[in-house]
Amino acid sequence: MKSAKNVSFAVVGSGGAGAITAGSILIEAAGKSGWHGLMTRSVGPQIRGGEAAALVRLSTKPAFCMSRDFDILVAIDWKNADRFIGSMPVASAGLVIADPAAGDPPAALRDGDCTIVECPIGELAKAIQGGRPNMICVGLVAQLTGLPIDMVMQVVASKLESKGASAIEIGGLCIEAGMTAAAGFGTRFVLETPGKPDSKRWLITGNEAVGLGALRGGVEFAAAYPITPATEVLEYLAPALASIGGALVQAEDELASINMIMGASYGGRPSITATSGPGLSLMMESLGLATAAEVPLVVIDVMRAGPSTGIATKSEQSDLNIAVHGFHGDAPHVVLAPLSVADCLFTAQWAVHIAETLQSPVIVLSDQSIGQAHVLIDRPADVTFLTRRKPYQAASEPYLRYAVTADGVSPMSIPGQPGGQYTADGLTHTERGTPSSTAKAQRQQMDKRLNKIEAFDFGDHWGVTEGTGDTVILTWGSLTGAVREAIDALQDDGIDVRLVALRQISPFPEKPLQAALSGAKRVLFVEQNHSGQFYRYVRSHIDLPFDIDRLNREGPDAIGPDEIASSIRDWKSQ
Amino acid sequence: MNVPNLKPKDFTSDVTPVWCPGCGDFHVLMSITRALAELGRPPEDIAVISGIGCSSRIPAYTNCYGFHGVHGRSLSLAAGLKIARPDLTVLAMSGDGDGFSIGGNHFLHACRRNVDMTYIVMDNRVYGMTKGQPSPTTEPDWDSALSPGGTGLSPFHPLVIALASGANFVAREFSGNIKGCTKTIVEAVNHPGFSFVEILSPCVTFRPDEKEWKNQVHGASVPETDDPARAARRIMTDDGMNTGILYRGQRKPYFASVKNTFGEIAPLERAFEV
Repeated sequence: MKSAKNVSFAVVGSGGAGAITAGSILIEAAGKSGWHGLMTRSVGPQIRGGEAAALVRLSTKPAFCMSRDFDILVAIDWKNADRFIGSMPVASAGLVIADPAAGDPPAALRDGDCTIVECPIGELAKAIQGGRPNMICVGLVAQLTGLPIDMVMQVVASKLESKGASAIEIGGLCIEAGMTAAAGFGTRFVLETPGKPDSKRWLITGNEAVGLGALRGGVEFAAAYPITPATEVLEYLAPALASIGGALVQAEDELASINMIMGASYGGRPSITATSGPGLSLMMESLGLATAAEVPLVVIDVMRAGPSTGIATKSEQSDLNIAVHGFHGDAPHVVLAPLSVADCLFTAQWAVHIAETLQSPVIVLSDQSIGQAHVLIDRPADVTFLTRRKPYQAASEPYLRYAVTADGVSPMSIPGQPGGQYTADGLTHTERGTPSSTAKAQRQQMDKRLNKIEAFDFGDHWGVTEGTGDTVILTWGSLTGAVREAIDALQDDGIDVRLVALRQISPFPEKPLQAALSGAKRVLFVEQNHSGQFYRYVRSHIDLPFDIDRLNREGPDAIGPDEIASSIRDWKSQ
Repeated sequence: MNVPNLKPKDFTSDVTPVWCPGCGDFHVLMSITRALAELGRPPEDIAVISGIGCSSRIPAYTNCYGFHGVHGRSLSLAAGLKIARPDLTVLAMSGDGDGFSIGGNHFLHACRRNVDMTYIVMDNRVYGMTKGQPSPTTEPDWDSALSPGGTGLSPFHPLVIALASGANFVAREFSGNIKGCTKTIVEAVNHPGFSFVEILSPCVTFRPDEKEWKNQVHGASVPETDDPARAARRIMTDDGMNTGILYRGQRKPYFASVKNTFGEIAPLERAFEV
């Protein structure tokens, strides 16, 4: 029997049917068993109720993105399924498990090549007192994919702990009934036995990971305004900050949130906010102030499809332009982009480190595709940066808050320190901080602020380069995952492709990128936006004496590994 | 920690104000430094936070920690600072354009949030820094190049808006009455929660008619109240020129603040283990 390296399944049901819970139990059990995987949720545009689907991919190797089509689709019911079933195609060798009592499956499935089998999910649940159809589904998928029952039961026991022993027992009976029912549905989706992970895997979203990374970096204060798809960052940070002695304030708008964190940071507390494109637009003026007044702060932008309100629940990488160029005046600052869900943690922590060290705003460009995906990851390594603002020390001379120094960074006092008083100002100012409209002050402080950003040692963290082929895929941020999977698939076919992915967007990492591109003959740019913002940005900084091709598209259709691999194959065959 | 024998000059800087001769804001600066001397906290424990406009230049003229922010956002900067550093005395400073027009939304929510800080608005009923345009508190028929013949709009009523939004302390003063301003600022700082002091501060350049204010202001004829409805009725029916503390409430200040000791991150990490 040949076992699978990947299996993707969807559990579908109307709101309240428990499809998402079923998906969560299954992915957690897979993580406990040593597999990788990720889960996204499909929920309807209505606020509550309507359709819901848990979309899960389990894998023997780290999984970065959802499969293009599904191997297994289990439906608790088909209410409203017509609205979204088109966006979750079932593979031609795939299996649809339908409850005959729920009526006919949607035409999109009936007309496809997949196999549809009937299973009385509702009846099986009813036969067990207190039984629930979604737990029958857990049993069905566990059997089909070969998930160890003991791991599934461990997860169920911990999830239902608060509901008592009988609830756990009923859950177990349902799962057994589902497994028995699926026994005749074949073994082609059984996953290869995984290796044993070194430590317990984590199940985390990108939004949680940036929050945790910020806390690891020493963030003590957050202020924010709710916005899809960034709200989970705030909902994670609110109790987490309170539990360690920090605070999160819900502000009246993004103008307030960015200024609240600037006030808190001025007070000596490392601070953060999270938003999406519309909120970032509102923050731009104040981010310019943070640059001029040299106040450390971190803004997480979980990008969504724009412009304007766009498609709030779908991903795009289309805020590169505003993040890099949105400030008025010449305002050097830092822009970073995490390369995966796991990397959200590192990048957020690094962002806090850079902000504090350089006394500068740092914008982190995450996006919906990684922000809201639940992913099984290996425990991220501990990273300890020596994060510390250059401290003010009392001296006999008057304190120069904006003193010109070799590295451009000036000692920063915080309120309460005697002799350290100064007025932080967006007006052009002298080294002392006194407003001045002289050419000398303008030049001096601009040089100083540019110098501190340009002189900073970003080390090896500018990005990643993997492989040695003379064909390069150049990408940034979250698309790195899909590119990695594409390169893996190409390698299986004997095609060598080099990955170069940027984590450091601004200041532009010219030297390391030039080195990473050395020997390249062809470069394919991959990014999720309409105009090729990244391609144009790279081109504005360095010459590209290569054959160039571009794969870029706006949301909501995610650029996947198959498509990326096809671009390379088509190119190779020319 | 209180320091005895602090003088107003301990709170002034050597920076020369940009204000026009005769500007009411000079008097406000004097009242603030006198109030701070009376309060007895050293200048490094005071933060003076402002937005943009003539009045918002004030932080650099003090010897306290200061922040001259963007237009309209002084209250947000100040709230973030106070929540992050509850040990500091925080004064947010603004003008009628900065505070009630571009920053109007923050004013409502600062009153609601009731963070323990003091908000002083120097109201001269004109945009002075941009050379004479009508502000939210300008009379509807005040003629200007930007609004020929006047705006035709009802003036904004900051004291009533503050009351309705939940401010815990509401007062009006006249800049020329330095003694009264000083006393009210001391009371405002000492009162828990969000304290709002509107100071009528004449713009002698673009509103020379406001030189008459010194003859028009008068102390409130009735004592302060803790009943917001009563306070609102009085403020809505008075002539706009009565001064003093008008309302002193008892709402609990905003609860959240950053602590000085921090817990471990490890338990938060374990929550993600499967």
